[in-house]
Amino acid sequence: MAITTVPGTKREPGRPASPYPPGPQRTSLGRKVRDNLTGHAFLIGAVICFAFFSWYPMIRGVVMSFQRTRRGVTTWVGWDNYDRIIADPSFWTAWKNTFYFTILALVLGYAVPFFVAILLNEFRHAKGYLRILVYLPVMLPPASALFLFKFYAYDPGDAGLFNSILKALHLPTSQWMQSPEMTMPAMVIASTWMNMGGAVLIYLAALQNIPGELYEAAELDGAGIWRRIRHVTIPQTRLILALLAMLQIVATMQFFIEPLILANGTGAEDSATSVAYLIYQHGFFQNDLNGAAALGVIMLVVLAGFSAVYVRLSSKQD
Amino acid sequence: MAPDSGTRTLISHAQLRRGRGKVIYWTLLAVVVVGFTLVFLGPLYWMVTGALKSGQEIAQTPPSLFPKDPQSQNYADAWNNLNLAKLLFNTFYYAAGALVFQLVLDTAAAYALSKLRPVFGNVILGLMLATLMIPAMVLIVPQYVTVIDLPILHLNLLDSPFAIWLPAVANAFNIFLLKRFFDSIPEELMAAALMDGATPLRTLWSIILPMSRPILGVVSIFAVTAVWKDFLWPKLVMPSPETRTVSVGIYAFSGGTPMNVVIAASVIAAIPTVIVFLIFQRNIMSGLTTGSLKG
Repeated sequence: MAITTVPGTKREPGRPASPYPPGPQRTSLGRKVRDNLTGHAFLIGAVICFAFFSWYPMIRGVVMSFQRTRRGVTTWVGWDNYDRIIADPSFWTAWKNTFYFTILALVLGYAVPFFVAILLNEFRHAKGYLRILVYLPVMLPPASALFLFKFYAYDPGDAGLFNSILKALHLPTSQWMQSPEMTMPAMVIASTWMNMGGAVLIYLAALQNIPGELYEAAELDGAGIWRRIRHVTIPQTRLILALLAMLQIVATMQFFIEPLILANGTGAEDSATSVAYLIYQHGFFQNDLNGAAALGVIMLVVLAGFSAVYVRLSSKQD
Repeated sequence: MAPDSGTRTLISHAQLRRGRGKVIYWTLLAVVVVGFTLVFLGPLYWMVTGALKSGQEIAQTPPSLFPKDPQSQNYADAWNNLNLAKLLFNTFYYAAGALVFQLVLDTAAAYALSKLRPVFGNVILGLMLATLMIPAMVLIVPQYVTVIDLPILHLNLLDSPFAIWLPAVANAFNIFLLKRFFDSIPEELMAAALMDGATPLRTLWSIILPMSRPILGVVSIFAVTAVWKDFLWPKLVMPSPETRTVSVGIYAFSGGTPMNVVIAASVIAAIPTVIVFLIFQRNIMSGLTTGSLKG
């Protein structure tokens, strides 16, 4: 494939005729340049892909957010796109929903995997089976998993999986996606079920790196299970906990497919609209690519703010 | 220590093997095994059998555990009406291409950054890693605009598999994983190969790659599942019914298709990834839990 164009490989690949290797005496400027060219030749394919599909779109997105294209003519419009986007009432609804989703997802999708990992780490049996189970939903195409939730679990009638369970337990049933109050929790439950496997495996790896002597020492000092978790497990996994919190926030704030499939986009009374869904709507339904780009830049700034806070906090602790 | 015990964890082995601890351990294990089976396997069972039920049976209360009169017709309808064979082939084709492009170009780049170290290599690596900070949703619009009119070349990649393959190469995480692994391969091996007159390409092919099988396996799995699971990007760049991926196809048909048929199609779409996972689960688990991310 593309690698065949690498220069320098044209030199014969076999052994040199001379028994003496081409040693340092040839480390001349020419050799250095050639080594460098080879290095860059290996890099070029990936660099071109980054340039076209990452670095350039990044700049283009910012530029587009200050422009407006009408009938093929592009003009600079300053902050117009931003003004228009912010004036749209769904802008604030979408941000409100996005923060609500992110907070719920932190409580569920962040804390639950940690305790699941602690639990799994204690077991001596069925370890492999339990790990496969937890990771299995991660392997499903999200559309498949979400249709399962939409049609079976969140059926608002009595035949739905969740309502059947609630009924069997003599608890009140719910309208799920048709009730504005339940839309978010329902989306977070589906999202957590789909995604928690990855976090559990990463936590398990971190837990396995904790030296056993620390637990022994804590036990000798009379620390119970909860205090051992608080004073040994959590401090020892602090870095990975902080990193995953960060990744979780960035990932959940971009939630898109959950509203699209579970709630047909907006949900009852706009209870499901997310910022990511709004980007999609502006860009590809309202034919407002510039507005969508502006919304993207706002999202980037907000997420960069989170990253800055994270870097600040994590550098302070060390 | 007993031979069956690994390293010491939260609770000591001795405590778990005696009296009350033993009872609690086995009770908890049983509860967790049953509970997890219900939570993670239960919905999948519900999905596979639900797609076999008739429209009437699916709406009945209480729901039936086994389909009374299995309607394999739902699966046949899904296969035929949604043209699933074509959709699955498309998805497989995109995933395989993305895998090849990533293995060739990302491995070459990671090798250059780790072993050849050309000038500005670190700057390039920094610029690559910086893209990890940029949320995918932020780039979706400018990326789409770029793909429909590629700068300089003025190509339209819409409905072309390259619109999935080339952006997949711009994956800083995989390059980072590969580079970290290559960094751990001793320099002496490189020096010895150079002594023998091996070219950089030959060194990569006959020394580095054979030693890197575990990480190549992990990167391959990431590459394939990323394409298989992606939704919005293929939805945008593969708009024609003939070029759709399976997830997008099911979504497009879900509006006017009976629920059971949509679920049957979802089951069929999930089968390939689940099979791949069950075959390679050992590699995936060890790849994810060792080395790559340490706290």
